[in-house]
Amino acid sequence: MKLWVPSDAAAKACGAEPLVAAIAAQAAVRGQQIEICRNGSRGMVWLEPLVEVETEAGRVGFGPMTVADVPALFDDPERHPKALGLVEEIPFFKRQTRLTFARCGQIEPLSLDQYQAAGGWEGLRKALAMAPASVVEEITASGLRGRGGAGFPTGIKWRTVLEAEAPQKYIVCNVDEGDSGSFADRMLIEGDPFCLIEGMAIAGHAVGATQGYIYIRSEYPDCVRVMRKAIALAETAGLLAEAGFALEVRVGAGAYVCGEETAMLNSIEGKRGTVRPKPPLPALEGLFGHPTVVNNLLSLAAVPWIMAHGGQAYQRFGIDRSRGTIPLQVGGNVKYGGLFETGFGITLGELVVGVCGGTASGRPVKAVQVGGPLGAYHPQADFDLPFCYELFAGQGGLVGHAGLVVHDDSADMLQLARFAMEFCAVESCGTCTPCRIGAVRGVETLDRIAAGDATALPLLDDLCDTMKYGSLCALGGFTPYPVQSAIRHFPQDFPVAREAAE
Amino acid sequence: MTDFARLRAILTAHQGREGALLPILHDVQEAYGHIPDDTLEPIGAALRLSRAEVAGVVGFYHDFRRAPAGKHVIKLCRAEACQAMGGVGLQARLEAALGLKLGETKQDITLEATYCLGLCACAPAAMVNDRLIGRLDAAAVDAIAAEVRQ
Repeated sequence: MKLWVPSDAAAKACGAEPLVAAIAAQAAVRGQQIEICRNGSRGMVWLEPLVEVETEAGRVGFGPMTVADVPALFDDPERHPKALGLVEEIPFFKRQTRLTFARCGQIEPLSLDQYQAAGGWEGLRKALAMAPASVVEEITASGLRGRGGAGFPTGIKWRTVLEAEAPQKYIVCNVDEGDSGSFADRMLIEGDPFCLIEGMAIAGHAVGATQGYIYIRSEYPDCVRVMRKAIALAETAGLLAEAGFALEVRVGAGAYVCGEETAMLNSIEGKRGTVRPKPPLPALEGLFGHPTVVNNLLSLAAVPWIMAHGGQAYQRFGIDRSRGTIPLQVGGNVKYGGLFETGFGITLGELVVGVCGGTASGRPVKAVQVGGPLGAYHPQADFDLPFCYELFAGQGGLVGHAGLVVHDDSADMLQLARFAMEFCAVESCGTCTPCRIGAVRGVETLDRIAAGDATALPLLDDLCDTMKYGSLCALGGFTPYPVQSAIRHFPQDFPVAREAAE
Repeated sequence: MTDFARLRAILTAHQGREGALLPILHDVQEAYGHIPDDTLEPIGAALRLSRAEVAGVVGFYHDFRRAPAGKHVIKLCRAEACQAMGGVGLQARLEAALGLKLGETKQDITLEATYCLGLCACAPAAMVNDRLIGRLDAAAVDAIAAEVRQ
């Protein structure tokens, strides 16, 4: 019997390690030969730990597994109470368009053989046979835009760096995935790290960069371990030398603001993670003053597929100016939480209710925060909104890094608005006044609103405008999104706003 | 007084690396459990930085400690996804069980906040001495408290 048990952090947090031990022990007791392989996660987190057993028909799933469920796995798998049938036929999985995450959960993350057999290095091989400018054109044709949240066209950023003349250029990958609700970066590295190496090597060839840095947040220790091992394996196999590219992991130190690209550059340089004013753009004066591509992991991990299949094939997915697929991550109070990769255009309601089954508590959905702690709270009235950078912006929100947090009707929106300001105060880098002082005043003003002070509401609105238009980066600039959307859509939770609305 | 042999080995290992300060500070904290005050100056000297510049970097990042943590470190996620699954109530329960608030260290136990462990689809989540725990409930919180008080 050959089994697969994920080594993904979410699977471990739900008991994968004792489960593996129990499976091995049970096999030993029965004198049965088994092989346990460790894969990444399929992204169906509510089923973790999801054990897969290889059969002639394909891999059959069992989950969420506990140690107590192990003996039955050996007795009569077909009648096992946690049996799910073929993993790839589970509706949540089958409905996806998995391009970036095609291999995640399917292979052993650190097996170069399995990576290659599953189509790995095909994109890099094609890219290396092309002129750098042609690679940039292919990425431009794909319509790929920055998946970190800003949605800037990746091809244009690459062209700027390609055309910049400098003795040294860098590729920096942003894995400072600090948004609550987001875990796609973590999942990809823990499930398919060579995909990121391939994407970065392609980027290096395209713009003429020979050194890459992967900045991973310290809250992701598993990610750091897997990525370092993957780089070492790729080095030993001579793959990086072949591409003329060197890679190093740098670990953050618990500062959310380092997810902002210029703060990240300062952090890699060994400085305080403060935000730099732009211009100069990092594409021209980035890391150590040299031209630098700073891309989110999800942008770089989309690149191997695009190069292997062509920009045209990628841009066939999606709507409007949002092309390709987006790995949506749904967490919080949700029944079927996890990662769902699909073409842009699926509506918020279809995702939250149709795919993810609504809340875990079974109570009505009250609000969905999209795009992390700086994203707006959307009411059910927004459920017909399709995932698309421009349409979300038009509705006073943002797609961000595509992490969603679902709240049921017990959520207190005033407290969540207060938390948004509190978080900004904790994480502000302190460079600009609207963010540094504004966030603290925001907490105080929300406390006045909670106490029934009617004069505080217009004050908060004014403060939010100052933060929005006066902050140096998105931390101070977008913190008003959750605050103002909470007041706009849920005035009943704000005593003063409620009276005004009545 | 700090035993400087380990510090010298760390500084040698990072010699010539560009932007070496954060990797050095991570290694120093790993070796000593915190960043001892008397290491700031030699670290700065190795990188041609002043003591104040090094102290400024140490002070900026939440991870770096100026004083040792407890033998057990519990990081409880306070972010939105965990709040949506009852994280606030569990925080109060854990604080009461341990007799300390977030950010405090007592009797070799450190309880601190973290903002997202990337376990948002199996929230609420915590990290206890580098072990991740998802789907926290009252029983799991009580078990954590019992484990660290042993």
